[in-house]
Amino acid sequence: MTQITAPAASSTLKPLSGIKVEVAGQAAAAGCGTSGGAGKSSCGSSAGRDEMPAEIWEKVKNHPCYSEEAHHHYARMHVAVAPACNIQCNYCNRKYDCSNESRPGVVSQKLTPDQAVKKVLAVASEIPQMTVLGIAGPGDALANPAKTFETFRQLHEKAPDIKLCLSTNGLALPDYVDEICKYNIDHVTITINMVDPDVGARIYPWIFYNHKRIHGREAAEILHERQMLGLEMLTARGVLTKVNSVLIPGINDKHLYEVNRAVKARGAFLHNIMPLISEAEHGTVFGLTGQRGPSAQELKEVQDACMGGANLMRHCRQCRADAVGLLGEDRSDEFTIDQVEQMDVVYDLGKRRAYQEKVEAQRQAQVDAKRAALADQQEDDGMKALVAVATKGQGKVNEHFGHASEFQIFEVSAANATFIGHRRVDHYCQGGWGEDDVLPSVITAINDCHAVLVAKIGACPRDELKEAGIEPVDQFAHEFIEMAALSWFKDYRERIAKGEITHTPRGDAEIRQGAYNKAA
Amino acid sequence: MAYKIVASSCTGCSACEPECPNQAIVEKNGTFLIKPEKCTECIGHFDEPQCVAACPVDDTVIIDTSYPRYTAA
Repeated sequence: MTQITAPAASSTLKPLSGIKVEVAGQAAAAGCGTSGGAGKSSCGSSAGRDEMPAEIWEKVKNHPCYSEEAHHHYARMHVAVAPACNIQCNYCNRKYDCSNESRPGVVSQKLTPDQAVKKVLAVASEIPQMTVLGIAGPGDALANPAKTFETFRQLHEKAPDIKLCLSTNGLALPDYVDEICKYNIDHVTITINMVDPDVGARIYPWIFYNHKRIHGREAAEILHERQMLGLEMLTARGVLTKVNSVLIPGINDKHLYEVNRAVKARGAFLHNIMPLISEAEHGTVFGLTGQRGPSAQELKEVQDACMGGANLMRHCRQCRADAVGLLGEDRSDEFTIDQVEQMDVVYDLGKRRAYQEKVEAQRQAQVDAKRAALADQQEDDGMKALVAVATKGQGKVNEHFGHASEFQIFEVSAANATFIGHRRVDHYCQGGWGEDDVLPSVITAINDCHAVLVAKIGACPRDELKEAGIEPVDQFAHEFIEMAALSWFKDYRERIAKGEITHTPRGDAEIRQGAYNKAA
Repeated sequence: MAYKIVASSCTGCSACEPECPNQAIVEKNGTFLIKPEKCTECIGHFDEPQCVAACPVDDTVIIDTSYPRYTAA
């Protein structure tokens, strides 16, 4: 018999009453209620400075994982100091490690706390817009408390301007809330895939808890109770929480609505619903049993249904536990242990601040461009289209079609342009030659889009995109994304009005699994 | 007997190391091994051997029959 040492020992979903009040106030202040003229579309993680209390905006504004706006400009890194895990998930195989793979749980080189600190200082000097350091595994940050907190302790001292965060499955979380607060860690991510132990039993074969391996429903019940308790404790302490949920079709797809309600009620700041990554060659239980991941439309449907109330995150890239750089990129192979050991690192806070001021100006320019473009828009008549954007950061349409390793997807209407996700693709263009077998997979990945905005595109892919019904657009090269998307949409509607083209619905798109080649 | 870790299956994740009540587990070349003279099979400490229960890879921590069964002193 396992003892749960918690006030939340019953598995009801009723939040602690004191917390509920505070949370309700916070959500309302963040402008994310169902009332109000702003409408639901303002309630993504794209929620900006006008839509949340100043002290919360201060915490998230430069955090690429917590602010969609920030993710175009600021970088993050993960250090892989936490290899051990205390639960088993059916979508994870700890034996798998490939440097061409980008997904949580995967890592090439694990680090000691001392090595990790060196690496962070080196990256902070080389990439001054790196503002966030997270410990996300490759196991569970809190299943390795000594290594995790030693890393935080040193960084808290040596790099006080870097935001610290960690991610956990929540099993050990209630035991470490005090420690988390001690190092000023104000962002914690909890992976919560279920609030019903029967659903949990299909996702988690076992947990290791209180010196016992516990299986099946009992394991899921304990995990669930610990997750809810941990979330409530963090909310009570004012720590911002992000809840990650893996969408597993047929297992928890509809159930995620309930998860969304439960975590909102407990004060989760952000809910990130992400697609299951499942391939037989990963050797995971789901990969081997043929459990598929969701299509783009299936993912969007659940995400749309969960909007309102808690901010919904759509820009997650499901990074590796040792990722370095902007969310869409991974520069970790520039910072291996051997390379870091040889670097002469001077941690220059002034230099970092000066650089970040430039980044901030760039970001403000993007926001202003969007505002200006919006001022010119008409009433929303319900017509919408998705556009794919090739970008390498700074919030601009600045990537060549053939060089893009991902496309950012924006939903555009007459009244707004909203980031809704991204799609990974293989590089179409390797050294100037289009690869014929790659293009169809790029088209499949953005098949739900009406247009693709690029800095440049070759004649051949241009024709094939047109044939597939996707309009290649390069006249907004190096413009800010939202402004470009809105301008294209305005022009598109004018062409419809003139009878030059007809607006037809697009099909579904495939979410590309795993394979993510580092920028070539 | 004592438990042993099959080095070829060990991922080096270290989940077992802090769980051992006898500090019998050490890292060597990126994977872990159990010092048989220190292993008590967790008899007298826990209901099940902690390294076996914590290990994420099946059949990686196994019983080493070349050692006699541990008996509590």
